[in-house]
Amino acid sequence: MSDIINQSLNQIIKRVKTKEISSTDLTKAYIKNIEGAKKLNTFVTTTFDQALDKAKQFDNKPNFDQLLPGIPLAVKDLFCTENVKTTAGSNILNNFVPSYESTVTKNLWDNGSFLLGKLNCDEFAMGSSNETSYFGNVINPVGDQLVPGGSSGGSSSALAADLTPATIGTDTGGSIRQPASFTGTVGLKPTYGLCSRWGIVAFASSLDQAGPMTKDITDCAIMLEAMSGFDEKDSTSINKKKENYSKNLKDNIKGLKIGIPKEYRVDNMPKEIDELWEKGKKILKDLGAELIDISLPHTKYALPTYYIVAPAEASSNLARYDGVRYGYRSKQGKDLIEMYEKTRSEGFGDEVKRRILIGTYVLSSGYYDAYYLKAQKVRQLIKKDFDDSFKKIDGILTPSTPSSAFKIGEKTNDPVSMYLNDIFTVPVNLAGLPALSMPAGADKQGYPLGLQLIGKALDEQKILNIGYAFEKNCGFKNEIKKWWS
Amino acid sequence: MSKEKFDYFIKGEKDKYEVVIGLEVHAQVLSKSKLFSGSSTKFGADPNNQVSLIDSAFPGMLPVINEECVKQAVRTGLGLNAKINNYSVFDRKNYFYADLPQGYQISQYKNPIVGEGKVLLDMPYGSKVIGIERLHLEQDAGKSIHDMDPSNTYVDLNRSGIALMEIVSKPDLRSPDEVNAYIKKLRSIMRYLGTCDGNMQEGSLRADVNVSVRKEGDKNFGTRCEIKNVNSIKFMQMAIEYEAARQVELIENGKEIDQETRLFDTKKNETRSMRSKEDAHDYRYFPDPDLLPLKLEQQLIDDLKKSLPELPDKKKERFIKEYGLNAYEANVLVSEKDISDYYEEVAKLSDKKLAATWMMGDLFAMLNDRGLDISKSPISTKHFAELVQSIKSGEISGRIAKEVFEIMVESGDNPKKIIESKGMKQQSDPKELEKIINEILSKNKDKVDQYKAGKEKLFGFFVGQVMKLSGGKANPQLTNEILKKLLKG
Repeated sequence: MSDIINQSLNQIIKRVKTKEISSTDLTKAYIKNIEGAKKLNTFVTTTFDQALDKAKQFDNKPNFDQLLPGIPLAVKDLFCTENVKTTAGSNILNNFVPSYESTVTKNLWDNGSFLLGKLNCDEFAMGSSNETSYFGNVINPVGDQLVPGGSSGGSSSALAADLTPATIGTDTGGSIRQPASFTGTVGLKPTYGLCSRWGIVAFASSLDQAGPMTKDITDCAIMLEAMSGFDEKDSTSINKKKENYSKNLKDNIKGLKIGIPKEYRVDNMPKEIDELWEKGKKILKDLGAELIDISLPHTKYALPTYYIVAPAEASSNLARYDGVRYGYRSKQGKDLIEMYEKTRSEGFGDEVKRRILIGTYVLSSGYYDAYYLKAQKVRQLIKKDFDDSFKKIDGILTPSTPSSAFKIGEKTNDPVSMYLNDIFTVPVNLAGLPALSMPAGADKQGYPLGLQLIGKALDEQKILNIGYAFEKNCGFKNEIKKWWS
Repeated sequence: MSKEKFDYFIKGEKDKYEVVIGLEVHAQVLSKSKLFSGSSTKFGADPNNQVSLIDSAFPGMLPVINEECVKQAVRTGLGLNAKINNYSVFDRKNYFYADLPQGYQISQYKNPIVGEGKVLLDMPYGSKVIGIERLHLEQDAGKSIHDMDPSNTYVDLNRSGIALMEIVSKPDLRSPDEVNAYIKKLRSIMRYLGTCDGNMQEGSLRADVNVSVRKEGDKNFGTRCEIKNVNSIKFMQMAIEYEAARQVELIENGKEIDQETRLFDTKKNETRSMRSKEDAHDYRYFPDPDLLPLKLEQQLIDDLKKSLPELPDKKKERFIKEYGLNAYEANVLVSEKDISDYYEEVAKLSDKKLAATWMMGDLFAMLNDRGLDISKSPISTKHFAELVQSIKSGEISGRIAKEVFEIMVESGDNPKKIIESKGMKQQSDPKELEKIINEILSKNKDKVDQYKAGKEKLFGFFVGQVMKLSGGKANPQLTNEILKKLLKG
C-alpha cells in the first residue's frame, strides 16, 4: 500500500479509477501514515471517522468522472470547514467550529474528494517557518532539525511525508511557494481573484490567495482546476470561464520568452541558489525557450511595501477576534475594554501582535500618508514593472527563496531575517500575479531548492506548461528518508 | 403671508450671538436586505434573529454590496439636487465596541457616492437654501443593551449591517426652527423617493448636531461641539438651545470652548461632555480591500433620474399654479406624498380651493385626534370630494357639513346618503324660506320695528331664528337676501 501513497496524486487517481485501490483502503493507508508521523506535528485536527465514512460512500457508489474521485485530502487550518474545528493556528480560535464550508474546500469536495484533517500553519498565516503556531512548530520531513517553511508549513510537511496526496495552502507573501521550495514540492499561488477567499480566515485581504501544493505539476493542474472558480460571495473574485488546466497541459515550450530579472540577484545570496538559477535557465533554453534579460526596478521596495500593506490590513482583519461572539475569551477583565485587552493578549501570539502593532501604526493619523499611502503608490509601481515586462515575455524565472530550509529556532529572534525569506515571493502578491515554485535541485546538504515561475495575470496554464516541461527535463528527484516513524 | 424677519439670537450679558448649526443626519435606507449581506432589515424582530455570518463577522466572511442600497443612495442624492459620483470607495472605520462585530464599520470616507447638493426651506421670513456637503453609505452598528442585567451588557445585532445614508449639511442652519424645517424637508424628500421611511421612533432617522456660536456679524465660525445621536426633532431643538446658551456663557465669562463630542441627556435637558478632542478616536480609515471601488455607469444614474417621482418643491409650484392654492396651503399639502396624492384625487372631483380648506381643517384634525396617517383615513377621497361638492353647490351649509363629516367618519357612508337619510339638505327653495321668514317676522313684530328704526344689529337675530326654525338647514346666503328684501318691505 505504501508504494501507492508514495505516488503522485494523478497516479493515485489512476489506481482508484482502475479499481486497483478502493477509496477506503487509500484512506486507511493515509490514516496509518498520519498516525505514524506525530513527530512532524503536521495535523491540528484529524477527521478520520468522517473520512472513512466518505470513502465508504464513494466505494458504494463511485463516480470516476470526477476530478478527485474518492481522494482524501488534508487542508491548511485556515480554511473554514463545516463542523470541523478551524483554528488558523491560533489560541484565539482554539475552540472555533464553523457552521460553514469555505468555497475552495467545497469546490474540492464537490469534485469527489473529502477531508482527512486540518493542517498546522503559522498563526493567522503570519510566519515563514511554521514556528508561530499556537499548536507548536512543524518539522520538515527533509530533516528533523529543519523548518518546513511557512505559513503553509503543515501542508508542505504533510505532503512531503505522504500524509496527504495533495493539499492546499494560502499565499499572502510566499506562504505556499516558500514551504514548497523547502520540502521539494510544487506550490502555486494563483492570480488574485482566481480562487474565492470566502470562508478563508483572512490575513491581508488584498494579497491572500489560496492555491494547490502538490508533488508534481500535473497534480498542481488538477488541484487548481478543482479549487478555482468564480464566487459571487467574494467581491474580488474574477468572473471568467473555468479552465481545464490538466487536460491542456503541454510540454512544448519552444519559442516562449522567459524573462530573467536582474534585481533578483541579491547580495549575499548563497552560491548554490545562483547555480540553481543557472541550471534552470539552461534547461529552459535547451527546451527551446528564449531567455531575455529584464529589469523590475522597484523590486527592492517590495519587501518594505509588503510589510506595511499586509500588517495594515491584518490589524483591521483581526479586530473581529475580540472575545465577544466566538473564539477565546479571557475570564478576567472587569469591563469591556479590559476583557478586550486580556482576550487579545492571551489569545494572540507574539508575531501576530507584532504585525497588529505595525499595522495599527502605519494607519494612524499622521503616519498614514508616510507609510500606508506611500506603500500603495509603490505597489502600483511594482505592478507596473511586471506589466511592462510582460509585454515582451511569457514568463519570468527566479529562485523561489534565498536559501534552503533553515534550522528550527534559527531565525525566531530575528524577525527581519525571517521576513527576508519572502524577498522573491512577495512582489508577485503585490502585483496579484500567478507564480509557482517547483523543485529544481538540492544544496550540498541535500536540502531541496525551488525555482519560481511567474506568469501574467490569469496565465496559469502557461506557467504550468513551462513547469511541466521543466519537470520532465530537470532530473531532480526529491528523496525523503522516512526517519520519523 | 406676512414676511417676518429672522430673529434667533442668544442674548448674552454683553453681546448678541448667532447660532451656527450643521447636521449629520443618519437615514436608514429602505431596502429588503442589509448593505453587505442578505439579512432582513425588518424592524421589531426578536433580538439576533436577523443576523447573518457576515453581520456577526465570522472568520472568512466577505461583504458583497447590495445594489438596491446603492440605487437608493443615488435616488436620494438626485432628490437633494446633488452631484452623483461615478466613482466612490468604501473604507473601513476602525474602532472596538461590543456591538461592532467586525471591529470596523464599512463607510465611505474620502470618496462618497454623493457630493454637494442643496435643500430649500420655506421659513416665515422667506425661503432659504441649505447646502449639502455630501451623502455617503455606511453600515449601522448593532445595539448594546445595558439595562437588562445589572452586571452584563446584551448585544442585539439585528441592526448590524443595515445600510445608512449619512447626509452631511453645510453649517448653514441658524436656529432650532430651521433645524425643524430642514429635518422635515429631508424626511419629506426621502419619503417621496421611498428611500427612507423617516421613522424617528424606530431610529430610522437620527442626527449628530454640530453647534457653535459667534457674535452677530462675525465672519469666522466659533469652536463647535458635536452632540451625538439625537433621535427626535424636539430633542435636537432642546439640545441646540441648551448648547448655544452654554457656549455663550463660556465666552462671556472669558472661557474657551473645547472642541468635543457631547451627549444630550433628555431627562435633565442638558448636554454633557462625552470625549474631548484629545480623546478623539483615531479611526485609521483605509480603503476596504474586500470591496472594489464602486463604479456607477452614467446610464444607471440617468435612468434613475428619469424614474424619480415629482418631489415636494416641484409639486408645490404646480399646486399653486394648477389648483390656485396659496404658498402656505401648497406647502402643507405637499409635505407628505400620501397627503398630496389624497388632495389631488379630491381636487379632481371637487372644488380645488374648498377641498384644500376642508382637508387642512376638519380632515387633518380628525386624523390627528385618532393618530392616523392619511393613508388610513376612514373617509375615502371619493366621499370627501362628494362632501366638498355638496358644500360648494349649496346643498348643505358648512355647519351641517361638519355634522355630515362626523357621521361619515363613524359610519363610512357616503355623504349623499347621510344628507338624504337624515334630511340634512339645505333649504334653498326661496318659497319655502320666505314662508319661514314671514313666520318669524310676524312673531317678532317689535323687533322688526326696532330694526326698521335703525337697530340693524338685529339682523343677526333674525338669521339665528331662521336657522333655528329650519334646523340649521336654511341656505345662509338665500336667507340673507330674502330677509333683507322682506325687512325693507
